[in-house]
Amino acid sequence: MLADDGKRALPLSDEIEFSDMEEAIDAPERVAPVIEFRDVCLAFDEKVILDGISFSVRRGETKIILGRSGGGKSTIIRLILGLIKPDAGRILIDGEDITDYDEPELMQVRQKIGMVFQEGALFDSLPVYENVAYRLREQGVEEDEVEAEVRRMLRFVALEDAIDKMPSELSGGMRRRVGIARALVGDPEIVLFDEPTAGLDPPTARTICELAIKLRDLHDVSSIFVTHEMNNLRYLSSEYAVIDENGEVMFEKEGERLCMINTEIMMLRDGKVGFEGKDEELMRSEDPYIRTFVHGK
Amino acid sequence: MHLAAPERAAFCLPFSRLRCNLSLFFDETPPTRFLMNPLFRFIAELQDVSLLLWRSVVSLRHGPRYFAETLRQMDMIGVGSLPIVLLTGFFTGGVLVLQTYPTLEYYSIQNESGRSVATSLIRELGPVLSALMVSGRIGSAISAELGSMVVSQQIEAMRALGTDPIRKLVVPRIAALILMLPLLTVAADIFGLIGGGIVANYIYSQDVQVFVESVRNGISTKDIIGGMIKPIFFGLIIGVVACHKGLSTRGGTVGVGRSVTNSVVTASIWVIIFDFFLAKALQYLLDIGRL
Ligand SMILES: Nc1ncnc2c1ncn2[C@@H]1O[C@H](COP(=O)(O)OP(=O)(O)O)[C@@H](O)[C@H]1O
Ligand SMILES: [Mg+2]
Repeated sequence: MLADDGKRALPLSDEIEFSDMEEAIDAPERVAPVIEFRDVCLAFDEKVILDGISFSVRRGETKIILGRSGGGKSTIIRLILGLIKPDAGRILIDGEDITDYDEPELMQVRQKIGMVFQEGALFDSLPVYENVAYRLREQGVEEDEVEAEVRRMLRFVALEDAIDKMPSELSGGMRRRVGIARALVGDPEIVLFDEPTAGLDPPTARTICELAIKLRDLHDVSSIFVTHEMNNLRYLSSEYAVIDENGEVMFEKEGERLCMINTEIMMLRDGKVGFEGKDEELMRSEDPYIRTFVHGK
Repeated sequence: MHLAAPERAAFCLPFSRLRCNLSLFFDETPPTRFLMNPLFRFIAELQDVSLLLWRSVVSLRHGPRYFAETLRQMDMIGVGSLPIVLLTGFFTGGVLVLQTYPTLEYYSIQNESGRSVATSLIRELGPVLSALMVSGRIGSAISAELGSMVVSQQIEAMRALGTDPIRKLVVPRIAALILMLPLLTVAADIFGLIGGGIVANYIYSQDVQVFVESVRNGISTKDIIGGMIKPIFFGLIIGVVACHKGLSTRGGTVGVGRSVTNSVVTASIWVIIFDFFLAKALQYLLDIGRL
């Protein structure tokens, strides 16, 4: 479970043999994709947004989605949650085909998914506490259990003292972090981040990336991280979290010995998948479109 | 390439209106020129509103119900609107007597001034004016609230967190309007009669006893029943229109402003149009309005 002791941690510390790691990754329940798109098409009126998108996210993997604004990144996330339906193609969550599910069935699927919205999307009329507790309240959980869970989540995003504030009193970064806490209540196995760092200062953006890294490496959460900031991409695809001997979370850079395989990048281009692979391949790409994206020229 | 029409309509409504409307009439997404046609736009909107109402009714059958939220809305709608509705009623009753008394006096039937105020207030002006005031105060608030929740993605967040916004937001608001508007109307009627009595007594020096007597003679139980049935429908109209306009908001904060204006204008016009047909129906059903 998602406690700070890292019980579900991936074996990423130095003592682990490589053979162990491969075994863990190739275990049958880890190979089946958690999220899978098969040839998904979607058009709004006459405007084609997604034109045959296929990809999959494995358990414990983070998929970074790049693409220009208006390119359909948020649309992909809405499709995963079943907030909209594709015109064609199939969407599978945990091996379940949710494409034709109705609202009550989708509600069940959404229990497994935490969603961090572009601007936080906090409920303005509710204080931070109630925002984070929202999902538990809807499930009719006991009050003391709710309080313990809310405090645990706010501690995870380092915002415990904002518990009684209203969303309008929070800064942009705090709103985003409350949004993350709300998404993580109930320990979802999938977390979707929609441009969680857009419009934030670099240190706050870094904090949010660290949260995403912690979820990936210490809590075995599969996630999709939509962004178009290259800093985020660099943090997510080259650093990993470990617990040191004092029980503190540390962030280390991948090096000669360890190459991260749990983060992949996908770039959307004109409604199609324009690139899919590791960050090294992206950085080396000679494609002019990708180069303008990565290097800004 | 496209979902079967009813399936798409039922799912999308009201969260992506352009995608679902008219799909009952066309196999494919309709060409843009149809969307521009006012008649088709009207039919599409009527379809959307009916579907929203239908889904609200269906959601009453089972599943979570939000009583606390309904109570909160009743407080806001009922207690909150009381002052403006009372003022409206009071001065309308007053002005009715002020304007009709001289005419009645000309025909020497000024003793019946209470009757004329009572009939017009209870049958028509009480329900319609209260509905218009509530549409201005509450209809606008509802569509502004829901509209800003749409543009700040709060509605999507709600669905992502496993709540049906129709149950949580739409049903309590419509229910509160249906329950509170008849009560507000009664309060407006009573204050209108008081206002009329004060004008008759202080300006035209009519004996209070005479006024009260003619009010008593003027109204029947059927009038009162009719005057209570109308606001039920008006509450429904205001609630459904405001929720629909709010939830179908597009285009950021500018869109919210547009939704609010549309909601008040549309609800007010529908209240006035419906009033005519309701009056006709009630005349027929309850046999009122004929002497
Ligand atoms: N409900 C909708 N109706 C019509 N067009 C939409 C709707 N939602 C999104 N779009 C359009 O789809 C495109 C992709 O949007 P989005 O997925 O939000 O892009 P982004 O990659 O910036 O997140 C945009 O051009 C937007 O205008
Ligand atoms: Mg977006």
